Amino acid sequence: MLPNPFHIQRLQKETYDTFTVELTPTNSTNTFLFSAGQFNMLYVFGVGEVPISISGDPARTETIKHTARAVGTVTRALQKLKSGDMLGVRGPFGSHWPVEESVGNDVVIIAGGIGLSPLRPVLYQLIAQRKKYKKIALLYGVRTPEDLLYKRELEQWRGRFDIEVKITVDTATGDWCGDVGVVTTLIRRVQFDPLHAMAMICGPEVMMRFTIKELQNCGVGNERIFISMERNMKCGIGLCGHCQCGPTFICKDGPVFRYDRIKEFFGKREI
Amino acid sequence: MITPSIKVMDRVILERNHFQKLIDVLITRDYRVVGPTLGEGAIVYDELNSVDKLPIGWTDDQDGGTYRLKKRSDQALFGYVVGPHSWKKFLLPSALRLWQAKRHDNGFQIIPENEEIQKFAFIGVRSCDIHAVSTQDKIFMNGQHIDPHYQSRRKDAFILAVNCGKADGTCFCVSMNTGPKVTFGFDLAVTEILEDNNHYFVVEVGTELGAEILHEVTYREANGREKKLADGIIKNTARQMGRVMDTTNIKDLLYKNYEHPRWDDVAKRCLTCANCTMVCPTCFCTTVEDVTDLTGDHAERWRKLDSCFTMDFSYIHGGSIRASTKSRYRQWMTHKLAAWIDQFGMSGCVGCGRCITWCPVAIDITEEVRAIRENEMIDTSTISGKEKTNAIA
Repeated sequence: MLPNPFHIQRLQKETYDTFTVELTPTNSTNTFLFSAGQFNMLYVFGVGEVPISISGDPARTETIKHTARAVGTVTRALQKLKSGDMLGVRGPFGSHWPVEESVGNDVVIIAGGIGLSPLRPVLYQLIAQRKKYKKIALLYGVRTPEDLLYKRELEQWRGRFDIEVKITVDTATGDWCGDVGVVTTLIRRVQFDPLHAMAMICGPEVMMRFTIKELQNCGVGNERIFISMERNMKCGIGLCGHCQCGPTFICKDGPVFRYDRIKEFFGKREI
Repeated sequence: MITPSIKVMDRVILERNHFQKLIDVLITRDYRVVGPTLGEGAIVYDELNSVDKLPIGWTDDQDGGTYRLKKRSDQALFGYVVGPHSWKKFLLPSALRLWQAKRHDNGFQIIPENEEIQKFAFIGVRSCDIHAVSTQDKIFMNGQHIDPHYQSRRKDAFILAVNCGKADGTCFCVSMNTGPKVTFGFDLAVTEILEDNNHYFVVEVGTELGAEILHEVTYREANGREKKLADGIIKNTARQMGRVMDTTNIKDLLYKNYEHPRWDDVAKRCLTCANCTMVCPTCFCTTVEDVTDLTGDHAERWRKLDSCFTMDFSYIHGGSIRASTKSRYRQWMTHKLAAWIDQFGMSGCVGCGRCITWCPVAIDITEEVRAIRENEMIDTSTISGKEKTNAIA
C-alpha cells in the first residue's frame, strides 16, 4: 500500500502532449519485474497518484518506463519533473497480454493513439523471440502525424522484414504521405490466419469496439481477441471499488481481458 | 451463586441488572466498548461505558424516507432496530490517514502510519449487520489483497449480538436470509425478554472468549420456558418484516435488464445524494486524497469513503463514465444485488433497510427490483429488427 521511491533517470518528450519517463529504484539493488500489459500507480509528491501503463521492455529489469499524456493534474505535474527527481511507485498491478499463449500463432497488434504504450512491451518480447511466432503485424492509428508515439522505433520495426507495420492517421497534416483513415481499415490489408491468430487491442473504447467487429468479420474468434480497458482507479488492488465494470475490477481482473470474458459488459453505455 | 461451566452453543441467562457488569468486564479487558446511543435525533453507534447510555425505553419507527424516535412503554435496552450508522463507522472509518511524506534534498520519504488500534467491543450487533461485517471481511481480509487498516480494527473485535425483538417498516432480512436470528460471527448473542417483573437476556455463547467473559460477569442456567420465550420472540420478529424482496435468479435478472425503462423512472426520483451508500453497511468504496501543508514540504494521503453516486467516482480523462443519474443508480443496485455475487460469492444486500429509510425521496430497493421483475425485458441483444420492436412493445 506504500509507494516505493524511484528516481527519474530520463524524461523524454514523445509528442506535444505525451512523454516517457524512465525510472530507477532508489534502492539500486532492487530490480523491477513486470509482465507486458501491467500498470503502476505513480505518485507525484503532494499532487497525487495516477495509474499508468508500463511501456518498457520486460527483459530490462533495472529501469522501468511509462508513457503518459499530460491531461490531468498529476500527469501535468509529472511532465514537469526532471531527471533526478523522485516519484512514488506502487505496482505492478493487473493482468497481462497473452504473449506466452500466442506462441506458434500469428499476432496482430492494433493500437490507437497512446494505446500503443502498453503494447510496446509485447513487441519487445515478440521481437526477442521472433522465431516462436508466425506472422506479426502492428496496426497503429493516430489522430494526426504529430500524435505518433515512438517514431524511431516504428521506423526500426518497419525496416524489419519479419514484422508488418501499418500506420494510419485520421487527419493528414504537413508532409504526411501515408495512409489516412481509421485503424480498422488496416485490418483487411494484412494477411493473417484468423483461426490461428491472436489479436491484442488497446485504444479508446470506441476504437476497440469497431476493431473487435472488424476482427470478428474476418473470422477471428472472441477467445482470440484481447483488449486493455481503462477506468478510474485509486487503489490498484480491487479494494476501492472505482474501476468496476459489471462484475470485474479492471485493476485486478484486467486491464487486459480476453474479449469473450468481458463482452457482456464491454461497449454497454455508462457501465 | 454457583455458576455452571459454560461452553460454546450453550444458552444461559444474564439478568438485566448485570448488564453493566458485562460492559465493565469488557472495559477492564481493555476493549473500546461501542454501541447504540441516542444522538443526532436517532439511534447511533458511539462510546458506551455505561448501560445508561443505551437508548433505554426508546424505539424507532421507520418507513421509506422516514425515521422517528418514539418512547416505548417498557425499559427495553434493545427495543429498536438499526439506525443510520453501521459498524463500518469503526471498521472502515470515513476518513483515515494512510501515510505521510516529508520532502528532503534528494526527494521525499514516506512515513507509514503507526496506528495503535484499541480492540473494539461492539454491543448490540443485529443479524443483518453480522452478515454485513462478514461481507466486508470477505472483501478486505479474504481476497488477493488484504487491507491492513480494516484487519487491524476487525481481528480482535468482540461482538455482542442481539436477536431483534421487533422488525421495522423497512426491514427485509428474512428475504435476504440474513436474520432476524443471529447464527454466526458473534461471541455472545442475546435475546432480550421483558416480563411483568423480570427483565433478562437469554444469552447464546458463540466463542470460548464469549464464555470466558460471561463467566466473569454472572449468569444462571436458562430453563426451558425461558429458552422457548426467546425462540418465540425471534419467530415473531420474522413475521413483522416491513418489506419483501424476491431474490430468485436476481443476478441474471439484473444483468439482463441493463436497458430496462425502470432505470429512467428511478433516475427521475434519485437525487444522487449518496445517502444510500453512506448508510449501507456493506458499501465499501473509498477514494484517496493527497494533500500538502502550506510549505509544500509535508504531504499526506487520506482515504475517505466514496460513493458511486458522485460524478467524480468514474471520472477518467475526457469525462465521467457514468454521467447520468440512471447509470449511477443502476451501477449501485446492480452491483449490490448482482455483480457482488460474482465478485464475492454473496449478495451485497443484507436486508437492513437503511437505504430505504434514509433515502430523502424514499426510493425503495425492494420496489425497484419488483418493478423490473414484473416487467422483465427480453434480452434484445440476440434478436434484431422487427422482433426487437415487438419484444419491447
